[in-house]
Amino acid sequence: MHFGIIVFPGSNCDRDCAHVVRNVMGHSCALVWHEERDLSAFDAVILPGGFAHGDYLRTGAIAQFSPVMDSVSQFAGFGKPVLGICNGFQILCEAGLLPGALRRNPGQHFICRSTHLRVEDNRNRFLQLNTVGDVLTMPIRHGEGSYYVDDATLLAMEANGQILLRYCDAQGNVTAATNANGSVGSIAGVMNEDSTIFGLMPHPEAATEIILGSTDGLYIFRSMVQLFAPTLARTSDTTLLGLSEDRLD
Amino acid sequence: MSNLQTTEQPKEATPAPNSQMVEKAKALGMTEDEYKRVTSILNREPSPTELAMYSVEWSEHCGYPRSRALLKTLPKEGHFASVTGADTGGIEIEPGLFVVFKMESHNHPSQVEPKQGAATGIGGIIRDIFTVGARPLACLDSLRFGPLEEARARYLFNGVVEGISFYGNCMGIPTVAGEVGFNPSYRGNCLVGAMCVGVVHRDQLASSAASGVGNLVMYFGNATGRDGIGGCSILASREITDAASRPTVQIGDPFAEKCLLEACLEALQTGAIVSLKDMGAAGLTCTTCEQAAEGGVGMDIDLAQVPLRESDMEPFEIMMSESQERMLGVIKAGREAEVAAIFRRWGLHVAVLGQVTGDGILRVRQNGQVVAEMTASSLVDSPLYDLPFEEPAYLRDKHSFDFSQIPLPANYTDILLRLLQSPNIASKAWVYQQYDHLVQINTVVRPGAGDAAVLRIRESASNKGIAVKADCNSRYCYLDPFVGAQIAIAECARNLVCVGAEPGGVTDCLCFGNPEKPDRFWQFKRAIEGIVVACKHFHLPVVSGNVSFYNETPESVIHPSPLIGMVGVLDNVEQSVGLAFRTPGDVVLLVGQCLDELGGSEYLATLHGLEVGHPPELNLERELNAQKFTLAAIRGGLAKSAHDVSDGGLGVALAECCIEGGIGAKIELPDTAEAAINIRLDAVLFGESQSRIVLTAAPENLPRLQELARAAGVPLSYLGNVGGDRLTIADNRAGVLQPLLDAPVVELASVYHNAIPALMNS
Repeated sequence: MHFGIIVFPGSNCDRDCAHVVRNVMGHSCALVWHEERDLSAFDAVILPGGFAHGDYLRTGAIAQFSPVMDSVSQFAGFGKPVLGICNGFQILCEAGLLPGALRRNPGQHFICRSTHLRVEDNRNRFLQLNTVGDVLTMPIRHGEGSYYVDDATLLAMEANGQILLRYCDAQGNVTAATNANGSVGSIAGVMNEDSTIFGLMPHPEAATEIILGSTDGLYIFRSMVQLFAPTLARTSDTTLLGLSEDRLD
Repeated sequence: MSNLQTTEQPKEATPAPNSQMVEKAKALGMTEDEYKRVTSILNREPSPTELAMYSVEWSEHCGYPRSRALLKTLPKEGHFASVTGADTGGIEIEPGLFVVFKMESHNHPSQVEPKQGAATGIGGIIRDIFTVGARPLACLDSLRFGPLEEARARYLFNGVVEGISFYGNCMGIPTVAGEVGFNPSYRGNCLVGAMCVGVVHRDQLASSAASGVGNLVMYFGNATGRDGIGGCSILASREITDAASRPTVQIGDPFAEKCLLEACLEALQTGAIVSLKDMGAAGLTCTTCEQAAEGGVGMDIDLAQVPLRESDMEPFEIMMSESQERMLGVIKAGREAEVAAIFRRWGLHVAVLGQVTGDGILRVRQNGQVVAEMTASSLVDSPLYDLPFEEPAYLRDKHSFDFSQIPLPANYTDILLRLLQSPNIASKAWVYQQYDHLVQINTVVRPGAGDAAVLRIRESASNKGIAVKADCNSRYCYLDPFVGAQIAIAECARNLVCVGAEPGGVTDCLCFGNPEKPDRFWQFKRAIEGIVVACKHFHLPVVSGNVSFYNETPESVIHPSPLIGMVGVLDNVEQSVGLAFRTPGDVVLLVGQCLDELGGSEYLATLHGLEVGHPPELNLERELNAQKFTLAAIRGGLAKSAHDVSDGGLGVALAECCIEGGIGAKIELPDTAEAAINIRLDAVLFGESQSRIVLTAAPENLPRLQELARAAGVPLSYLGNVGGDRLTIADNRAGVLQPLLDAPVVELASVYHNAIPALMNS
């Protein structure tokens, strides 16, 4: 499987994502400069974390106008998966490809720490290897990660299965105390209506190797390289993680 | 504007100094003698631009006229092959692979404007690393402020941490370790030591020596503005006596720097860059004369080509500006378009300023007209001062303090809780959670989890890792800079050993008061001597560093603060350990020995408001043995955790291991013959005797560890076992068990974690 990793000026997790795709998963990838328009060579696209254009003005506010963003929208339109991590999530929201917006953390501080995330839905291309209620451990690293969406949109998103991850404790309880950054509904990650674009504030690429303390991020990457097979959904058979992607891809 | 025609100047006689120009020189931070030296070098009066150039390049910040002689005594040789250069230095961790690192201060700007001061400090040190072609891997910070109970200290602390967070996070470089200390001596001068670590293959190491007559001098990065003019000569090389220094603080633009980083590393790959240097202190002056002098060539540049933010800037302003995120390079003639295209793609300014010449002269023009002309070497060869020194008067009183007047505490648990709340000891999570310490996904031991941070090196062919740490107990240095500086080296090395790394190299960021005062210069001299002795004993090279003098105000002078940064090497990064107690039943062991000493301890400062006595005794031989034993125990897979005993002594060290592990321990003090029964109990629990490390191990490994310790001649005491949810400590020295201290780990954790947030929210 061939991943395209978009590089905006100021992206800083592009090389981390490339390491995971190549060296941890054994797939191929290319770094794609934000002024390019052709994504046809790729099977999946990642918008990595960082500070595109310095996050000046507002996170993602400038990056949304990069030439590549039209192509990202088309790419998802063809049914191919797009993953936006942290700044990538912020850009996708600014571009209107995902609902909602990311606001400044309460307390105004950047937060870098490990978080627990509860899987809210697995009937999708991104979390099909998990069971609803699974608790994943990944770090958050952001200053503007407080997810906001209006009530009406939120209701529709919940009905459509678009809320994929919420901040929780180690046992999976979602409470005000476990809400890492004041997000509406403790939401950490959301998907578009067509189930092709997934954005999340935590960093799955930082949780793919035992030496880094967690491999839970691999669920997302491994899930993306498999065809979405609804029959697999709602299982948490971890042996699936070892499945040959070729068989399904 | 000056119109210089050097050929028309008389060569033989030095004219009498023009008094107006002397005043100008003084306003730029020069002495009258220095001004005379300039006229004698030039054989004429300098132009305003020339005067400005000498003033910045001869400042303590750039030319080290007051410290250079002593700095030359620092050792350059160690276990690992080392490289030292003008901007940075490093060690070879495996054949052909270098880790380069440097710590530099940005104290004065941070005191004036904490966020931008700290941010530009980070920006400057990062440029020093990628200037040599290395990709920055991590940053560290060594910070000092006045007491956190005071609003001014909180303002500075908050601003500095925000600045580091703002700049470092945007750069995508994890800030993984460091230290923060609070002491009244820093009320008027906070310290911000910023360290950056990078990795580079030997064949990609970039030069900073210009060469090749006819090669092009090119400017990259942000446009030049009026910010930071004279920052190094006026702000950083004098005492701050008034608050009107604001305009000399630079403004940081981390996004421009991130683009500059990527563009420089990409451009260096082309092989078209002959030399490269970052425009930090003294900006264009420093980068032109130092590259030219290092390469033994000259440069001829035209300031009309410099990208400017304000079009009406004078030549001296352009030459002195410390605008950030700028580089100056020498590019092979004919390859300028190729290089320029890379920088333009990253949205950066590019300009050809001129070319390399063969005459050793730095010639600066403005629209063709010469505004400065001197040999590059005359700028670089700053005056050398031999300053007088004498032992400070305060030491006699401090050293003769009678410790018998300190009563033994009634309740040791209370004392432990008080110490855990001291901002010097309490958890620094409030700080490091504001730093992205995980980006680049190499952070194996995170801040708070071990005595040093551990990073894997993905470029390594043999699974190597590095450990990094910054350290300095400046209270010890205040009481004895010679011993204090040795302890700073020893403790930093011990911290690296405690995560499983072999100490490899040192960078020093030497922060002191006004060197023109003999007692301050004595502190500096003795600290250097201490660093030399310790580094030679541990066989560690000092690969880089900087000096920051004049850290004093009329009201206060900082404690001598030789901030030490150190890098160690893990042969196998998977063998690192943290400090947390892990498994119930594990044995708790103490490497080293407690002495009857309380001098300079956090206990005395926090509980009694005293900074007195001698610092703890340091025996370099014992220290090295303890480190070698501990490293062998970790590498042999025998130790499950290791934590150095430092501020707050054994009681605090044990509490920290429990808190981080979320598990208790039952301790009996101590069962070995070495433990003298007549050591004061508060010294046993809270004294800061050196060369001590708390280890844990599976019980079945105890005999092997004891055997290893015997063979190494290292005292090893069995203290107790991990388990339960309380830390209990009892005195068993006389063979009669006497309970001393008992607290639930959750309570210890709560005071430890809440202390700094509570102060910052107050």
